Amino acid sequence: MKKYTDTGKKDTRSGFGDGLTELGKTNKNVVAMCADLTGSLKMDDFKENHPERFFQVGIAEANMIGMAAGMTIGGKIPFTGTFANFSTGRVYDQIRQSVAYSGKNVKICASHAGVTLGEDGATHQILEDIGLMKMLPGMTVINTCDYNQTKAATIAIAKHDGPVYLRFGRPKVANFTPDNQDFKIGKAVHLQEGTDVSIVATGHLVWEALLAAETLNEQGIKAEVLNIHTIKPLDNKAILDSVKKTRCVVTAEEHNYLGGLGESVSRVLAENTPTPQEFVATNDTFGESGTPEQLMEKYGLNADAIVKAALKVIARK
Amino acid sequence: MADLQQLEALVSQVRRDILRQVHKVNSGHPGGSLGCTEFFVALYKVLMDRKDGFSMDGKGEDLFFLSNGHISPVFYSVLARSGYFPVEELNTFRLLNSRLQGHPTTHEGLPGVRIASGSLGQGISVSIGAAQAKKLNNDDHLIYTLCGDGELQEGQNWEAIMYAAGNKVDNLIVTIDLNGQQIDGSTDNVLPMGNIKAKFEAFGWDVMEIEAGNNLEAVIDGMKTAKTKTGNGKPVCVLLHTIMGHGVDFMMHTHAWHGKAPNDEQLAVGLAQNPETLGDY
Repeated sequence: MKKYTDTGKKDTRSGFGDGLTELGKTNKNVVAMCADLTGSLKMDDFKENHPERFFQVGIAEANMIGMAAGMTIGGKIPFTGTFANFSTGRVYDQIRQSVAYSGKNVKICASHAGVTLGEDGATHQILEDIGLMKMLPGMTVINTCDYNQTKAATIAIAKHDGPVYLRFGRPKVANFTPDNQDFKIGKAVHLQEGTDVSIVATGHLVWEALLAAETLNEQGIKAEVLNIHTIKPLDNKAILDSVKKTRCVVTAEEHNYLGGLGESVSRVLAENTPTPQEFVATNDTFGESGTPEQLMEKYGLNADAIVKAALKVIARK
Repeated sequence: MADLQQLEALVSQVRRDILRQVHKVNSGHPGGSLGCTEFFVALYKVLMDRKDGFSMDGKGEDLFFLSNGHISPVFYSVLARSGYFPVEELNTFRLLNSRLQGHPTTHEGLPGVRIASGSLGQGISVSIGAAQAKKLNNDDHLIYTLCGDGELQEGQNWEAIMYAAGNKVDNLIVTIDLNGQQIDGSTDNVLPMGNIKAKFEAFGWDVMEIEAGNNLEAVIDGMKTAKTKTGNGKPVCVLLHTIMGHGVDFMMHTHAWHGKAPNDEQLAVGLAQNPETLGDY
């Protein structure tokens, strides 16, 4: 079993901020826009170093998305920054018409996704954003798992021509993927080899999946773990190759089971090789106030929940 | 610049194009299109500094964004008659597999269109972004935008209007088609917007009016004046007073023809009032 080490807890949003700082130095067409959350999105460095390329739009997300679409027409690569809720649900029609349907090269970068936003509660904890974004034709949807991967993804999406939704979060979490990794959009990362169950995870649930795999290993169960950072386009082959060996799957995400990664995986399996699946996800509910750990526990989004789901799905084979 | 007589001839021809497009498919929006015909002709034939051909990034030329996308018939006609695509393609308006979708889009690759519009209220934001990109590129060309007046009921406009003034986006001329009509009736009856001029001024815009928005000469002169107001630290707003349905007597002064096509007899009457000048497609 491969060993993964947490090199020190860091927030994924800082990975975004540091990636953006890097882009500021290397790509003069990158512009950053923020709706009054510069500090929360860790965009201060970019703002300080490239004031002419930083656009503070105020609490006006609809205008920000429209402006971003317009910026691309002059060859700019806009990165918009606000919370996931205000990056998606609040501006869905603006994204749909001015960005996705218009085929504009806008990078919608969204922090504070999911329940791990914590104490602010359900108004700010969007659990529907992956679904909203993946339904838009032409939209690439990425949900990164740790600081290093978020930084690498931020840099990688600047080279991708087309609209991208990049989802990350607020809390400090394990940082375990390689520094300066080569981030390949649409390519699953194979973290553990296994033959008994496939755990297909995204975002903050990837580390939990690794912890779950260790627990399962102690019980003699070999779990395969895939890090699906790109939900759309989905790496169908990686998923199908894995379930060919394991013949059952657990999907894990900090999102509603309706519209999330789990449903995308279900479709691939249904079309190719119907396979028992359990969903570690929120159960069509809103979140609430609490610490991230409390909320992950209450809403069944941690390693324990993945272990239980794995045992259940193995029994269904 | 073409002389006024030639431009008037084009106005008549564009009105025919509008009527024939919507009649053929028995759908589309003739009212606002007819009301803005002089504006489009003035913009594309006199005011805008345009390059030959079409490139999406539009560097080194003036750009136009249509926010009220439903008046696509006038947009398509003027684009075609400005050389962006064959005039015959107007025959495909709203048909399956056409580049001339009901509302304008970049999705089918129609030259001359740089953003999809139709869902209202998004054009000023897009224009501000394009205007800011021009400044970053040290490109001193202008951004022109057209919005409907009813469209100003969408809240996003006011986010954009606040931003543009607060950030001195002064390479932008937003024209409001002030025809006082929307689908359900007059704008005053549907949702009164009060004094639009005072509102734009309160937000910090340089506002001017063109009272005779269906007089070609007045529109050209007015828009030339608007152009002189750019570059002075304020975005420019032009309140263009038009008559919905202008040029076809039974379509004028009513919201009834906002989104309704004429039947065969009505088309004949409308075409008789707008002689063929440059050849029907």
